[in-house]
Amino acid sequence: MEVKNIATTIFSFIPKTEGRYMVLTGLAIVITVCLMAVFAPLVAPYDPIKSTGKILQPPNSAHLMGTDNLGRDVLSRIIFGSRVVLAVVISAAIISMSIGVPLGLTSGYFGGKLDRALSMLMDSMYAFPGLILAIAIAAVLGPSVVNAVVAISVVYIPTYFRMIRGQTLSIKSLLFVEAARAMGASDWRIMRKYILPNLIPTLVVVFSLSVADAILTEAGLSFLGFIVSAPTPDWGFELASGRPYLPAGYWWMITFPGLMVMILSLGFALIGEGMSEIYAPRREK
Amino acid sequence: MLLEIKNLRTYFFTKRGTIKAVDDVSFGIDKGEFISIVGESGCGKSTLAYSVIRLVEHPGKIVGGEIIFDGENLLTLSEEKIREIRGKEIGMIFQDPMTCLDPLEKIGDQIAETIVEHKRISRKEAIQTASKMLEKVGLPADRVNYYPHQLSGGQRQRVMIAMAISLNPKLLIADEPTTALDVIVQEKIMNLLDDMRREGRAIMLITHDFALASERSDKIAVMYAGWLVEFGKSDEIANEPLHPYSRGLIDSVPDVWVDRDIKPLPGFPPDLANPPKGCRFRPRCPFATEKCEEEPQTFDLDGRIVKCWRYES
Amino acid sequence: MPSLKAYIATRVLLVIPTVFILLTIVFFILRIIPGNPIMAMVGQKVPEEVLQKLMHEAGLDKPAYIQYIDYLHGILTGNLGKSMIWGRRPVIDEIMDHFPATLELTIFGFVLSVLIGVLTGSIAAFRKGSKLDSSMRIYSIVAYTLFIPWFGMLLQMFFGVYLRALPIGGRITPGFAPKTITGLYVLDSILTLNPTSMLDALSHLLLPSLTLGIVLSGAYTRLLRNNLIDVLSQDFIVAYRARGVRERKVIFHAMKNAFIPVVTLMGLQFAILLAGAVLTETTFSWPGMGTFLIERIVYRDYTSVQGAIVFYALFVALISLIVDIIYALLDPRIRY
Repeated sequence: MEVKNIATTIFSFIPKTEGRYMVLTGLAIVITVCLMAVFAPLVAPYDPIKSTGKILQPPNSAHLMGTDNLGRDVLSRIIFGSRVVLAVVISAAIISMSIGVPLGLTSGYFGGKLDRALSMLMDSMYAFPGLILAIAIAAVLGPSVVNAVVAISVVYIPTYFRMIRGQTLSIKSLLFVEAARAMGASDWRIMRKYILPNLIPTLVVVFSLSVADAILTEAGLSFLGFIVSAPTPDWGFELASGRPYLPAGYWWMITFPGLMVMILSLGFALIGEGMSEIYAPRREK
Repeated sequence: MLLEIKNLRTYFFTKRGTIKAVDDVSFGIDKGEFISIVGESGCGKSTLAYSVIRLVEHPGKIVGGEIIFDGENLLTLSEEKIREIRGKEIGMIFQDPMTCLDPLEKIGDQIAETIVEHKRISRKEAIQTASKMLEKVGLPADRVNYYPHQLSGGQRQRVMIAMAISLNPKLLIADEPTTALDVIVQEKIMNLLDDMRREGRAIMLITHDFALASERSDKIAVMYAGWLVEFGKSDEIANEPLHPYSRGLIDSVPDVWVDRDIKPLPGFPPDLANPPKGCRFRPRCPFATEKCEEEPQTFDLDGRIVKCWRYES
Repeated sequence: MPSLKAYIATRVLLVIPTVFILLTIVFFILRIIPGNPIMAMVGQKVPEEVLQKLMHEAGLDKPAYIQYIDYLHGILTGNLGKSMIWGRRPVIDEIMDHFPATLELTIFGFVLSVLIGVLTGSIAAFRKGSKLDSSMRIYSIVAYTLFIPWFGMLLQMFFGVYLRALPIGGRITPGFAPKTITGLYVLDSILTLNPTSMLDALSHLLLPSLTLGIVLSGAYTRLLRNNLIDVLSQDFIVAYRARGVRERKVIFHAMKNAFIPVVTLMGLQFAILLAGAVLTETTFSWPGMGTFLIERIVYRDYTSVQGAIVFYALFVALISLIVDIIYALLDPRIRY
């Protein structure tokens, strides 16, 4: 009963638009997967790297998602795989934000030649296909988890830059900023106290949506072999390993990891889309 | 009688409630007559105009009455039949010239398309007719190849009029055609409407400008909160308004000729989802009595129609 | 139409610095990043002389700024260097061998994505507020999160393995390829009046383009739905009906108006399309640029990798220029 009351109270604080169902569903998904990743050793039924001896078993009561070509439990590999995915994607997001947001904010606020130069640079990068850029960087640096984080963070810096810069420009032109400046507030103070707090809604949306995209990029890089190598479990890589067995009808090694990629990406996407709905609801007459 | 509206009811079924936008309105327009429907915003005059050509959009619906045009009840016609009448027998001119034209089509093509949808003539001939129509409304014929964004507001309104008359309709409905334009252009557009009338067309003008209505039209229909509260010859109403609301409308606007005080109407029009019981004007009426708690009947005083208990005899 | 020419000229001039910056970024990534690219590709256990030889071949022993000038000069003259493996063919030739496959896949994927997007978006708009509308909106989000290799493999599983109706890989059954004119099998089959080739090519194209098309359609669904709803509430639509124009034509005009902003989206989506094509090619063993890129990375063919990336950059820039021009041609408000 207590839980129900708490839940209803929280629920009532979120504005009554369609968006809130999306946000809550998305949060549920993301939190579940995060918990799964954190508590992996406790949740996974088997050791993801050790073979159980029974190879290529279809899903059954002992192995809910079957076993792969080396006899490893697919479900356990998926649970442990979530660690790699989340670690890479969240680290990359944090790095991208740390570079993209300050750059976007200062560029948008101060304008001028610096702004023009940075914008041209960022726009050009933004125009280039993300995955291919990540592949290029990963190819040069060599396949590894760390290098994947570097590659993926570079890809999303322009996204954060553009969105934050755009928002900064709109906020900058609002009257209360003018008022603050008239009262003699310094630039840094204005940015810190007035603009930054108002960037948070946009930031949340951009973060969620770009993480959703980054999950797909990570899975793509992993699938192509640029992140992990055997026997580390990573969802995209599982699809590549399971692929040769597909024509023979062994479907479970591919279906479940790929499904997880979609579900996690969807979780973040729903949060982003939902938040976007809440902060700028579509006026439906 | 060219157009006879009998007991027309158009309601909007919204989440807030049922809005009785047009509630039991009856009047008629003769061939070649110029009638103005006057009232404040939200009184239902635009809804009335759209009801005539059955273009009331969801959640609005015509729920009762008859609209007899040229002998036929428009409300019982099939979709196809009413489509044929739209544009051909009854033309409509809209309020905002900036948004009423398709930005992607040349105006000549838009006029020609209207013609071709109703008559079997070649596109080439239709464009020729379009050029003639443009000249008729005072625009150079070469504008046929222009896009709407290349014209000014006044010019676009003329294009609207050209489109509306291109098939020579018997009735022209003009929904606040000059509201979005400046006074000088307004005069020109009204003169154009006069020309159209002189060529034998009946005109139904929707406006909130009483002065404009009394200046140009033969008869005036005053609407308030979905009701037709007064109807009669314009000069008669202007000189001697019978309904308290008509009186209030005239008194609230300065007069160029007579030096009198402006008496603005107190209060606001009622919420049409929850109108007051009895006479809807009662809360603002200086002459309200106990009898007014009952909905007034409509009385016919020798051609002048008033919906007010003061004229019961 | 003087302003149209001016518009195109402006667009072309704007593209040049963008391309220049892109090429510089690519150069920076591939050569300057710490971790000698040759070593990263070749591994540590290579003797010094071999390493030096490879570096010399790739031109990496020259000072940075000279490398940069050579690089730009090479691109301008169409010389992307020579491959470092096998027949040492000019990279540009190798790329051109693989490009038509990617082009064909991209075109079909693109067309499908627009068709599916317009269809689903229109349904959503015309049935606004209904369950169908909500489903279409959910579709637009879910479609984007589909992992291409996964979705492609699901299709392969169902149609290829289970139903045995369609091939699961490759571009054409050996021996069925049409005479090469453009390199686009479907087009070449039509031009050489070869129905068997055409059908074979199409059967191979179906699953990969469907994969790409569905995943990319989501953005179009949403944009078209929103645009169409806005347009349908505009005054000029009511004006059309008031003039007695047939409903079919009214909808046609509404769609025309709703579609124009979609063209801009096409330009933005193109980069995503190309990236998606890389994954699609790998999943379906499609012999295009994506497969080429990955293959050459695996084989440490440094110059080919660089050439491929440069080619992608130029291709994207060209397409966005073309899309801009098409947009100007469609919207009279820009031209006049």
